[in-house]
Amino acid sequence: MDESLLEKREGSLDNDNETTTWVEYWLEGELVHRSVHVQLKRAVVSFGETAEF
Amino acid sequence: MANTQAMTTSFKVDLLNAVHAFNATGIPAHTASTADTFKAALYITTATMNATTTAYSATNEVSGTGYTAGGVVVTFGTAPNSSGTTSFLTPSASITYTTVTLSTSFDAMLLYNTTQSNKSVAVYTFTAQTVAAGTFSLTMPTNDATTGLLRIA
Repeated sequence: MDESLLEKREGSLDNDNETTTWVEYWLEGELVHRSVHVQLKRAVVSFGETAEF
Repeated sequence: MANTQAMTTSFKVDLLNAVHAFNATGIPAHTASTADTFKAALYITTATMNATTTAYSATNEVSGTGYTAGGVVVTFGTAPNSSGTTSFLTPSASITYTTVTLSTSFDAMLLYNTTQSNKSVAVYTFTAQTVAAGTFSLTMPTNDATTGLLRIA
């Protein structure tokens, strides 16, 4: 494959939940590769409590 | 001195280690002296994974080249810990699906215990994604009381 024919597209988003980046390679208008990397920010939290009596 | 009502922090760590058994038959699940095996499965956007999910299911799980039903093994190389009054635990490595093609949008990962009948642990969501002959990776936050992936506060 002539790699010079590949078009590279990149993107990212950042919010309270995640920081995500992705990279795509397109060949003649067709998506041939897409990888995604997600950095999780938000944990699941359970709150342990004791009741009064 | 004064007494303060609280759930003890050590108990919160013990919960993550399955130390206590309040049922009449003792600790039903753990007779082995090894850690359970946990896996991470991905789910498409039309799935309904949430707090009521009790176990892994293949229904609405992603499918595609390179993806094995059930997902991948999650590595917990660090024992549960605590800081302040919060216990916490985070996988010690990224969760990675290598060389996969997942054409249907997915936005959730179920963490579950394969050793204990695939019982669920937690559901994590993210912006809907697809993957084409590439890698999908979930990088873990810092393993502490503020950002640890599983926390009991």
